[in-house]
Amino acid sequence: MKLSRIISILDAEILCNVKDKSNVNITTACGADLMSDVLAFIKSEALLLTGLTTPQVIYTAENSGVNVVCFVRGKKPCREIVNLAKEKKIVLLATKTPMFESCGKLYKNGLTGCSEISKQ
Amino acid sequence: MKTLDHKKPSKTQELTYELKVEQVMRKNVTTLKPDSTMKDVRRILRNNKISGIPVVADDRLVGIVTIEDFIICLLEGGEIDGKVENRMTKNVVTVYSDEPIVQVVGKFEKSGYGRFPVVDRDNKKLVGIITKGDIIEGLLKKLEIDYQKEEIHTYRASHIFEDVISDNSTLILKYRIKGGEFKKAGEQTSKLRKSLLRLGFLPETIRRVAIATFEAEMNIVIFTPEGELVAKIQPDKIMVNAIDSGPGIPDVKKAMRQGYSTAPDWVRELGFGAGMGLPNIKNYSDEMTLESKVNEGTNLNFVIYTKKK
Repeated sequence: MKLSRIISILDAEILCNVKDKSNVNITTACGADLMSDVLAFIKSEALLLTGLTTPQVIYTAENSGVNVVCFVRGKKPCREIVNLAKEKKIVLLATKTPMFESCGKLYKNGLTGCSEISKQ
Repeated sequence: MKTLDHKKPSKTQELTYELKVEQVMRKNVTTLKPDSTMKDVRRILRNNKISGIPVVADDRLVGIVTIEDFIICLLEGGEIDGKVENRMTKNVVTVYSDEPIVQVVGKFEKSGYGRFPVVDRDNKKLVGIITKGDIIEGLLKKLEIDYQKEEIHTYRASHIFEDVISDNSTLILKYRIKGGEFKKAGEQTSKLRKSLLRLGFLPETIRRVAIATFEAEMNIVIFTPEGELVAKIQPDKIMVNAIDSGPGIPDVKKAMRQGYSTAPDWVRELGFGAGMGLPNIKNYSDEMTLESKVNEGTNLNFVIYTKKK
């Protein structure tokens, strides 16, 4: 699924889009507030949905090869964190849609989960 | 500029998004007043070897006069002493100093103009002028700088094991970690990750090392007063030692169990401390040992075998 489609499904605001990755294809997603869970299960190049807005979200994304992070339920990180994401070349989105609904909408539109990707 | 590959934009394409007008524009702009004459235009065009001059009144851009206006003036038998305001283009297309270059490239293509005066978005004052030549020059400079910086680092680093002669070479990288500094927790792993990229290891190897090291770094920040990460790098394996000054783990067996945690609530609220750290390190590494003494500290070692590119 194209990132631009994800943005429109979630009616997301772009907080930083370093190299304009709107055309990038996202194959899977992971929704979690527990970064250790993310580190354990997420696939490279997945979309990370989270309600957490700490710097560790950015480090988690960087270390696990995640290029796009979407903050759910209207949460927005501070400027410092947006700058950190820019430095690490990670796209940041923010949506007012809550976590469960964000995941549901994306799944309904054909984006698969990380565990399904590993079975394929 | 056409997209060659949707997945990976070219370095030049990336730069057109990153570079801003103010980084490539010319700042010392020669300007004219509305009551300057076409004679002044001729003098400035000739002396400065330029093809267009912004016309400014009270710090505001009111027009632009170009070599073309001058030629038309001559062809129409206009007076060389005539005022610039009667010959200049009044509705000037401008760009903002904070616009990315990619937008300006589009404006050049659409408008067919050779230059755009640059104005400040807030006070609308003229701050510079930009031509296609300035963009090309700016891109080339940036490309060269970027290429040199990263490529030279990578080139130098990735050949280190071939360049030194021994039966067995090990590169040792040390990173100090201060406990409690949650804001910076992850930075040291980030530095190790960058170094491994420069050394030329495969992305999947680096990912495993980075995730395991990040968990180890988080543990030091969350639970201990201070610690150190030591990465011993050999061409065929990366060994990481995470050592700290206490308080130690009373029951190592329990600590290794998935879901077991002694982390306080504030740590959980930050997305960690759910008893996944040590099991994660074990899963991502090929070998792992953990020794700990209460009140003395913890010594964690893990190894990830690697194949170089």
